[in-house]
Amino acid sequence: MAGWTTHEGEAVVLDRRDVDTDQLIPARFMSASRAEGYGRFLLHDLREDDADFPLDRHPGASMLVAGPNFGCGSSREAAVYALVDAGIRVVVAESFADIFAGNAVNNGLLPVATPEAAALRAAIGQGAVPARVDLASRRLSVAGQELNFALSETAQAKLMNGWDDIDLTRAHAGDIRNFRDRRKADHAWAWPSA
Amino acid sequence: MATLLDKLWAAHEIKAEHGQSLLWVDRHLVHEGSHHAFAKLAERGLEVAEPELTFGVADHYAPTRNRDRIDNPQVAVMLERLEANCTRHGIRLFGLRDPRQGIVHVIGPEQGLTLPGLLINCGDSHTSTHGAFGALGFGIGATQVAHVLATQTVWQAKPRSMRIRFEGEPGVAVTAKDMALHWISQLGTGGATGHAVEYAGSAVRALSMEGRMTLCNLSIEGGARFGMVAPDAVTLAYVKGRPMAPLGTDWDAAEAYWQTLHSDTDASFDRDVSFDMAEVAPTVTWGTTPDQALPIGASLPDPARLDPEQAEAARDAMAYMGLTPGRPLEGTPVDQVFLGSCTNGRIDDLRAAAAVLQGRKAKVPGLVSPGSMLVKQQAEQEGLDKVFIEAGLEWTGSGCSMCVGMNGDLVGPGKRCASSTNRNFRGRQGKGARTHLMSPAMVAAAAVTGTLTDVRPLLEGRG
Repeated sequence: MAGWTTHEGEAVVLDRRDVDTDQLIPARFMSASRAEGYGRFLLHDLREDDADFPLDRHPGASMLVAGPNFGCGSSREAAVYALVDAGIRVVVAESFADIFAGNAVNNGLLPVATPEAAALRAAIGQGAVPARVDLASRRLSVAGQELNFALSETAQAKLMNGWDDIDLTRAHAGDIRNFRDRRKADHAWAWPSA
Repeated sequence: MATLLDKLWAAHEIKAEHGQSLLWVDRHLVHEGSHHAFAKLAERGLEVAEPELTFGVADHYAPTRNRDRIDNPQVAVMLERLEANCTRHGIRLFGLRDPRQGIVHVIGPEQGLTLPGLLINCGDSHTSTHGAFGALGFGIGATQVAHVLATQTVWQAKPRSMRIRFEGEPGVAVTAKDMALHWISQLGTGGATGHAVEYAGSAVRALSMEGRMTLCNLSIEGGARFGMVAPDAVTLAYVKGRPMAPLGTDWDAAEAYWQTLHSDTDASFDRDVSFDMAEVAPTVTWGTTPDQALPIGASLPDPARLDPEQAEAARDAMAYMGLTPGRPLEGTPVDQVFLGSCTNGRIDDLRAAAAVLQGRKAKVPGLVSPGSMLVKQQAEQEGLDKVFIEAGLEWTGSGCSMCVGMNGDLVGPGKRCASSTNRNFRGRQGKGARTHLMSPAMVAAAAVTGTLTDVRPLLEGRG
């Protein structure tokens, strides 16, 4: 996965709170292989029922500004695949569900949690506005507003470098092996008895 | 001074870096949905690090009927792919034809794979269920599943600690499901985000293991990735003698260690919340998020009286659910019922539903899918299957079934389902489906009357 440091694109509003993973991608689409592309599944049923859906009005948008508790529900990483494959690079909301936020960072999608999300939704309204994100300085410019956002050091490094945890962890192989051996010696019960 | 979370975390931490811990994983459970993770492994030519600690389970796509001839090719492919991946990597599989097959969060405990003091991962958000044993159980995404497969470890930032206490005696027909829906309705779906919840208090101690699993299972619906209950005599009695539980001196060592797994009396929590059981009634969700829940005797809220932030979500939810503000919940007609899932598919749950249905007929159709084939077998030994069948409900095989609809067990568009499951999200049980979450006994009551109903009068005169 390629890392990125700055992104410029268009932001649109998804004016809903608790956008759950079943809405982001209904379960019936999840047997597809990733190679087929998940973008067409994004928010499938909501879009089908709404002729004026923001992402259909502005198909080039790459930033979503949504309501609190974005990504709640299941651990399905397919919810993130759907966003990424539809060209979304940044989601801004008051808050994110923990599992979703972790999955997002693992796939190059930036979750920006900020109390300013409501003000941004109001400023953007029905349109699409230019937006810019800088991961290095943790700054977001959208609808003429500039704001700093919080992002853990780990998430920042992973997004910017496109790092894969497996490579990083394999560097600790010796520590892992030692831990395993010590655990097996001290806590043999922790291995299945059958 | 340490919390249960502190102790479990320290016991699994290999190293800490930039606010993240590298943790050892004792059990890794994979299912059909883990195909993305296996694909990642294959892409990089990696092997599974610890096949002995990895277990496969067919549940999300498992057909509940006609298992000998699967007519849905999409379902068949998912099951074949899981079997092929397990065979390829030497992973033990509880497949469709295994008599122990069932939902991953039911069979882990049932087989003694789930033990106090373990760290258990699964690519499923309801992995918090296993915390009921005093374990660290948490759901992970596909990238992390691939990481656990390749390294038997997981990177995770330590959550903040939160204690939720329930004190006092439960009222009639007030179950762990009602306790969970109650706290979520009070604190919100994001109420425990970033926290690991430890459930405590006299009413939690009084719960069976099945009840504790229901409570921990639903933690994620309040935003908490982890739910846990300190192990005690109830836990040990459940675990002892399970097929993969420790034996002999290993058991003795485990038991001695498990005695230390509790929050110290002077431990402090980042958040501490307490509920009085007198406030908890049989509870039903009315909306499209699990926090939109009310006692069965209540009336639907009037969005005009809610704070503006909640009002629009409530209006939207009622429009989707086909409900009218201000009307009583009780008496709302339902089209069908569903009993099952990792939340409420265990033997206690089936017994509670059968106690209501005994000698009665269901007015609407319904599906009963036990949490595992062993739960099914036990229920049949107790004659519960006859109660369900005589009431007019369908008695089927085990799997995630109508909770998530991946196997084709779906609720139709606009249809209203009284369901013992965990999510009332739009489209969760099928496109346009209207889901009301409640306890198994309340589902049974809805079946008997064909409406959302207070189960308590139906239990009068019954033991």
